[in-house]
Amino acid sequence: MGEGLLGWKEIKPGCVITEAGNASEYRTGDWRSDRPIWDKSKCVKCGICYIFCPEAAIEEDEEGYFYANLYYCKGCGICATECWTGAITMVEEGKAEDG
Amino acid sequence: MAKRVGMEVSIAAAEAVKQANADVVAAYPITPQTHIVEHISELVADGELDAEFVPVESEHSAMSVCVGASAAGARAFTCTSSQGLILMSEIVWIAASLRLPVVMIVANRSLSGPLSIWNDHSDAMMLRDCGWIQIFAQNGQEVYDGVFNAFRIAEDHRVLLPVMIHMDGFILTHVIESIEVVDQEVVDRYLPPYKPLYRLHPDDPVTMGAFAMPPLYTETQMAQNEALKASYGPILEAWEEWGELTGRHYRPVETYKMEGAEVALITMGSFSETASVAVDEMREEGEAVGLVRIRLWRPFPFEEFRKSIRGIKTLVVVDRAISFGGPGGPVASEIRSALYEEKDRPAVVNFIAGIAGRDVSPDDYKRMIRRAREIAPVLPEAYEIYGVRE
Repeated sequence: MGEGLLGWKEIKPGCVITEAGNASEYRTGDWRSDRPIWDKSKCVKCGICYIFCPEAAIEEDEEGYFYANLYYCKGCGICATECWTGAITMVEEGKAEDG
Repeated sequence: MAKRVGMEVSIAAAEAVKQANADVVAAYPITPQTHIVEHISELVADGELDAEFVPVESEHSAMSVCVGASAAGARAFTCTSSQGLILMSEIVWIAASLRLPVVMIVANRSLSGPLSIWNDHSDAMMLRDCGWIQIFAQNGQEVYDGVFNAFRIAEDHRVLLPVMIHMDGFILTHVIESIEVVDQEVVDRYLPPYKPLYRLHPDDPVTMGAFAMPPLYTETQMAQNEALKASYGPILEAWEEWGELTGRHYRPVETYKMEGAEVALITMGSFSETASVAVDEMREEGEAVGLVRIRLWRPFPFEEFRKSIRGIKTLVVVDRAISFGGPGGPVASEIRSALYEEKDRPAVVNFIAGIAGRDVSPDDYKRMIRRAREIAPVLPEAYEIYGVRE
């Protein structure tokens, strides 16, 4: 079971992790059931979504607009709640236009 | 040369911690463990033991300090009893899962309520499944020796597990015994300084105590269980080497006058010495009675136990704890399950006795054996609480 997952003999004593900072490899985006979608016509590039995201999963593009890094975004919806212009909508996974 | 000294067993335990050269001792006083901690704090204050003594505000903190110290590579020790153990229990499990070689003496005492400071094994049994190696001492010498054995076993890189030494509260903690004190040079030869496999150090950072999601957690439990089972060999080795150095040979299961026995008493802890007196007296009266004493409680020595009782018709298991609503005392439950696959199973008669410090004398064991002979052939109740008043 679980391709790529450790078998019990591969676990180090005490489950110690010897590689520093490897939490960044963990795909918390797997937990997401809703994803945030930005309406650029309403976005004023204030960055409140970026500040409030508890996972630091929101990044800024070259034009200054914001988007979610879906490798990490858990779909909590805090960005959509905090966006004061109403530019972010939470859309159920599979129903978003881009997938 | 080793010399014999009459001393309270708690003091002997503290002296052993000194000789084992513990680096960190964190403890909170609780009856009947108090004398051990008091004496260690004196040894540290007097400069006899170069250790950090942390007088914490609770047992939860005591075990937390031991976990932190051990994770940093220190030899850590604590001791507690009863309500203290129940309060620290959260961290007790974590010490085992982090595979930290902490050593703890539990001065066994009943759990509340009603509030009682006296001895039984209810505190030990609450933590039966916590993943520690658990040893029950029958006398002061075993407690003293047990401290060295425990650190040696715990710190073995094939083991790396915490060890709990159970000593009966008051019956052992507050009794003055003749203890054979081992020369420091022997201790130093037996117990080299602790070399951690992993430790928290800025030069080589590691993560301890990380989170595990369901796809990994099962594997972590398998690894921990296998580690505890695999400690059996190193435990025997550590005891054998101690035997060579001191002449005191310890086994996971010990038998006394079992040759030709038809009935065997099964005991753990300080019950065992009194029971051996009863066996002596009954043997003189021509009764075929023997004694089997379980010293190693976890990992449970299944094979050695089965071997020890082969051919016996009736086992009289004397438990010092109640499993409320369960199938009998915890030791009897274990033994029944150990024997289920055997072709010729003995009758298992279970008495729960000596709860909260109630005395169990040699005559009481004789009465239990007589009672067992009466009830064994007629499918007895799963257990009886010995001597309880209607």
